[in-house]
Amino acid sequence: MLINQFLLLGAVLFCIGVYGVIARKNAVLVLLSIELILNAVNLNLLAFALRNHNPDGHVFALYVLAIAAAEVGVGLGLVLLIYRNKKSISLDELSEMKG
Amino acid sequence: MIAEALVAQNIAFGIVAAIMIFGAIRVVSSSNIVHAALWLVMVLAGAAAQYLLVYAEFVAVTQVLVYVGAVMVLFLFGVMLTRARIGKEGDLNNKNWAIGIPVSVVLFAAMSIALIRGFGDEHLPGPKDATRIDTRLVSDSIFGPYLLPFWALSFVLLVAVIGAIVLARKD
Repeated sequence: MLINQFLLLGAVLFCIGVYGVIARKNAVLVLLSIELILNAVNLNLLAFALRNHNPDGHVFALYVLAIAAAEVGVGLGLVLLIYRNKKSISLDELSEMKG
Repeated sequence: MIAEALVAQNIAFGIVAAIMIFGAIRVVSSSNIVHAALWLVMVLAGAAAQYLLVYAEFVAVTQVLVYVGAVMVLFLFGVMLTRARIGKEGDLNNKNWAIGIPVSVVLFAAMSIALIRGFGDEHLPGPKDATRIDTRLVSDSIFGPYLLPFWALSFVLLVAVIGAIVLARKD
């Protein structure tokens, strides 16, 4: 197996996730796209752990998993709060902070 | 025997990678939120399979438990509680969603050029090099040099749990 197989797969997933973050309006779908990005990073970390015979990549991948779980919890809490206040989770209606 | 294992690994990689890329494209293009979430399950399960291919069993099992189990249920609850209609919805994309396509294509071009120039056709160590990283090494690492970040992470999770409760509480 080439190392570039995994790195390029990670790059494809990362770019699709970036497209999702830019293009989507629904806040839940933006959070889903962020999960794609985090998984791309994990794939790279684990491929490099195998290449360098170093367990650090596994440790960081587990940390990324934990941070992603925390991020989803807080993110969905925020989305719920926004929905309760505005009856909508469309991100382009959140323009109160525009100067 | 080893060559056969390598061929099998490559075939498995190709199939799973194709499923993952198709699923990821459906996640960002589907006009139904629940379908997007279910396609994300496919991508995450495929990622767990890829982790097995790079000999990261523990991370693969954790991925299935945390992502496919817990995070997806959380997402489906989020969809349910924000009363997104189950079924087709017209306006899930921004007005100027098309800007995302050139941005991600240019990003991918830059990354793939850098990766192909940087790593070329460098091979990963195969099954015969028995210097794999097993779970014992990973746990030695977490509870050894990375103990302090591990504690910090547990505090982050605690704060996230309390923060989510405070944010979502009704009053």
